[in-house]
Amino acid sequence: MTAFLLRRLGQGLVVVFGVVTFTFVLIHAAPGEPFADVLEDARLSPDALAALRARYGLDQPLPTQYGRFLWGVARGDLGLSLSQQRPVAAVLADALPNTLLLMSVALVLGFAGGIALGAAQGARPGSRFDRLTGSLGLAVAALPEFWLALMAMLLLAGTWRLLPVSGMIDPVLHPYLSPAGRVLDVARHLVLPAGTLALIIGAAVSRYQRAALLEVLPDPFVRTARAKGAPRRAVIFRHALRNALLPIITLGGLAVPALLGGAVFVEGIFAWPGMGRLVVEAVETRDYPVVLASVMLGSVLVVLGGLIADLLYAAADPRLRRA
Amino acid sequence: MPNVTPGSVAAFADAVTSHPRPPGEPPPAPGVLARVRAILRRDPAGLAAASFLALLVLAALLAPWITPYDPNQQFDLLAQRRQPPSGQHWFGTDSFARDVLSRVLFGARVSLGISFVAVLLASLLGTAWGAAAGWAGGILDAVMMRVVDALLAIPRILLLLGVVALWGTLSVPALVLLLGLTGWFGVSRLVRAEVLAARQRDFVTAAHSLGAAPVRVLVRHVVPQAAAPLLVAAALGVGHVIVVEAGLAFLGFGVPAPQASWGNLIRDGFDAFTGAWWLTVVPGVALASTVLALNVLVDRLRLALNPRQLHGP
Amino acid sequence: MSAPPTGPLLDVRDLRTWFHTSAGIARAVDGVSFRVAAGETVGMVGESGCGKSVTALSLMRLIDPPGRIEAGASVRFEGRELLTLGQEEIRQIRGNRMAMVFQEPMTALNPVFTIGDQVAEVARVHGGATRRVAWERAVEMLSLVGIPDPRERARSYPHLLSGGMRQRVLIAMALVMNPALLIADEPTTALDVTIQAQILELLADLQQRLGLAILLITHDLGVVAEVASRVLVMYGGQIVEESPVRELFANPRHPYTQGLLAAMPRLGQSRARLVVIPGTVPPPTAWPSGCRFRDRCPHAWDRCATEAPPLYPVHDDHRARCHLVVDAPDHARPAATATPVDR
Repeated sequence: MTAFLLRRLGQGLVVVFGVVTFTFVLIHAAPGEPFADVLEDARLSPDALAALRARYGLDQPLPTQYGRFLWGVARGDLGLSLSQQRPVAAVLADALPNTLLLMSVALVLGFAGGIALGAAQGARPGSRFDRLTGSLGLAVAALPEFWLALMAMLLLAGTWRLLPVSGMIDPVLHPYLSPAGRVLDVARHLVLPAGTLALIIGAAVSRYQRAALLEVLPDPFVRTARAKGAPRRAVIFRHALRNALLPIITLGGLAVPALLGGAVFVEGIFAWPGMGRLVVEAVETRDYPVVLASVMLGSVLVVLGGLIADLLYAAADPRLRRA
Repeated sequence: MPNVTPGSVAAFADAVTSHPRPPGEPPPAPGVLARVRAILRRDPAGLAAASFLALLVLAALLAPWITPYDPNQQFDLLAQRRQPPSGQHWFGTDSFARDVLSRVLFGARVSLGISFVAVLLASLLGTAWGAAAGWAGGILDAVMMRVVDALLAIPRILLLLGVVALWGTLSVPALVLLLGLTGWFGVSRLVRAEVLAARQRDFVTAAHSLGAAPVRVLVRHVVPQAAAPLLVAAALGVGHVIVVEAGLAFLGFGVPAPQASWGNLIRDGFDAFTGAWWLTVVPGVALASTVLALNVLVDRLRLALNPRQLHGP
Repeated sequence: MSAPPTGPLLDVRDLRTWFHTSAGIARAVDGVSFRVAAGETVGMVGESGCGKSVTALSLMRLIDPPGRIEAGASVRFEGRELLTLGQEEIRQIRGNRMAMVFQEPMTALNPVFTIGDQVAEVARVHGGATRRVAWERAVEMLSLVGIPDPRERARSYPHLLSGGMRQRVLIAMALVMNPALLIADEPTTALDVTIQAQILELLADLQQRLGLAILLITHDLGVVAEVASRVLVMYGGQIVEESPVRELFANPRHPYTQGLLAAMPRLGQSRARLVVIPGTVPPPTAWPSGCRFRDRCPHAWDRCATEAPPLYPVHDDHRARCHLVVDAPDHARPAATATPVDR
């Protein structure tokens, strides 16, 4: 188990190292010099320009720059945000917790809903319920995230005025609320963005869960359970589903990139102050240090998600567990 | 995702009804097309999806000849702005008094065209990379696949945004190139796996021993083994790229403005949603139906080809 | 629940289990009738595809669509008709009065539950036992089937056990409720020869101690010879010969039984003398007309193609589905069995 953990951790580090290197290559492959906009600012005197180049190490040979870049990333020094005039790390540190909150709520909701739906479908394949919800799921999976988010916003918040449309807190009332009231306030603001992401995740999860359950049902141990006289519910939901849940754990790791991609749209639409919105704003202001740092951070989250999924799988499957 | 045939209890019946084939007789192998046709015949949803896509591709190809108006022609801005669907304009007119139907059909040309070319590029790149890695083996293979691991770890939309941030606005060819360049990572894994499997098979060994040049063996004998999973991956990829293009357009980083793509249409229409819902619903439905039809078709393709399971997009 | 004093424990009449597939109707079991008395061990023998496993599943009502038990059949067990019972009633019989041991010890146990859990579940489902009582019962059962260190072992997961041990677990699971009938479907097929012998010995021993009836399904006549008192030979979805075990070995009357006997390796016989029955079992969607064995039978003649033989009585308890029992073709040959094949 420890060996497995170390090996997976090593693989993850290699992947992150690859992403960081790729980011460096990307910066230097881009047209013009890095920070070209700033450097071409006509108001800069040649001396100031040279000082600036020296400060960012742009007068160094490429390998040296690469080394400095790696060293900086390793220390958490991701440079300065061009639009916010403060360290990128600080900018990301503000946004990351909000995104993590959004993603984890969406992950839990999406998986709980998707597993329940997929199990119900798989328990009665071909039934009217199965066909109806299956077609709906397929349709949802075909819709772009931003489209779903827009529709949710228009219907639930716009037309029916049930929920707040944007932001994370009520800007006026929040400071005056009790601690419990503040949590509730955030929760109300979470419903639409997290619900949209959960819907997308849930549509995919239910399809996998249904298929996984149907794959397990013909297995001999399911017949054994029936032969021992276990009720149908126990056969399907205890014996079959427990096994069919194992591949879903892997899916949990694969959901991280989907959630991050979805967050880019959903956070923008619902003005959720997280990484997704940050990235889009940074692209608009051409604040590439923030964008590229987000790319790297996103990859780290993806790698971590895969790592956690693998660990959970190993813990959940007795065949992989070492006593 | 696990491949599940409808009613997997049938597996048990199969076990009961199957009986050993006399040795030496090859398994019956009807062509893939015949199997697709046989599956579609019993499957109205699959047939509907296939017909829809065929019609859409046809309409996109013939757009200049079949659209009622020029997509950029502006009618009387005062009288014909944001007109609801009517006999004259089936899907209404937009904020600049342009015909929505014409713009959606021309948008299909752009959206489908971009996706198709980008996926073609991604498939070629992925095949070349995966085949080279699988064929080379050893250190080279390991390094090449670690590169793929790293690239796969970057959420695609973030990667695209990173490039947009560095390069600025993209022309259509640049966008196609970018979508192709960010779409081949999964394909290369797939092809490599097929190449590794095919290398072990007898006919490859036989071709080798007959003195065929390694590259020739690779191209003629090994890569075709990957055709079936490649086809499935490509069909999924086209749907994925359509959505990604629309997403970029929605964020404002897609196809430059006057050009109609589905993403641009949805974005442009959204501001006027409450007054003119058709502006965003029509292209949205066109996009969603296309992706849905592709997904339905991919399911049937999987059934017909039964390739190894793919990682979901 | 107690069986009525008279009548057999299990009385199967005209069982037909057909699979309605797109390739046609597969008559996997096609008119099977037999009885099992309380405390008796009956062997059911045949090649794969002859319908013996489907027969077993039919008795437990574990046939899934497109399979169906056709109307007109009757399965009486402890005086009750099983085929008309509701889902809940038949569930209460499964694993309780009638239990089954499957042939795949590697896959018949659920990989994500401990073996103690899986054995205890039976007591919880049927006896309404508490978790603790059920667990104690599971440990007791594991000990009964000869699993060393049962209290410790109960906490193991199936993959940590050998094939023989898993088969013992399956037997323990089947016997938790002291069933009247145990159906064992190829319980030893997947095991080494020495383990096979141990499992058979265990079954015979448990039968003595618990007084249960066993329906032992196997393709191996040697297994039947060891533990069964009566034998049913199945071919083509039907019983082709039924006899006490000694009588069957001494005086097989159906050419198929003769072929099976000739195909059995015997001590002191070189492998070169092994014979096999030519051909394969035809698909159950297309049984031949008349006698279903005639394509592979060395004695077949005109009558076999036109007239399906009934089960002709040979002796008191001995019946065979072959016209040779009552008739002989004009060119009758001595009852040579199957063709010797050199290996």
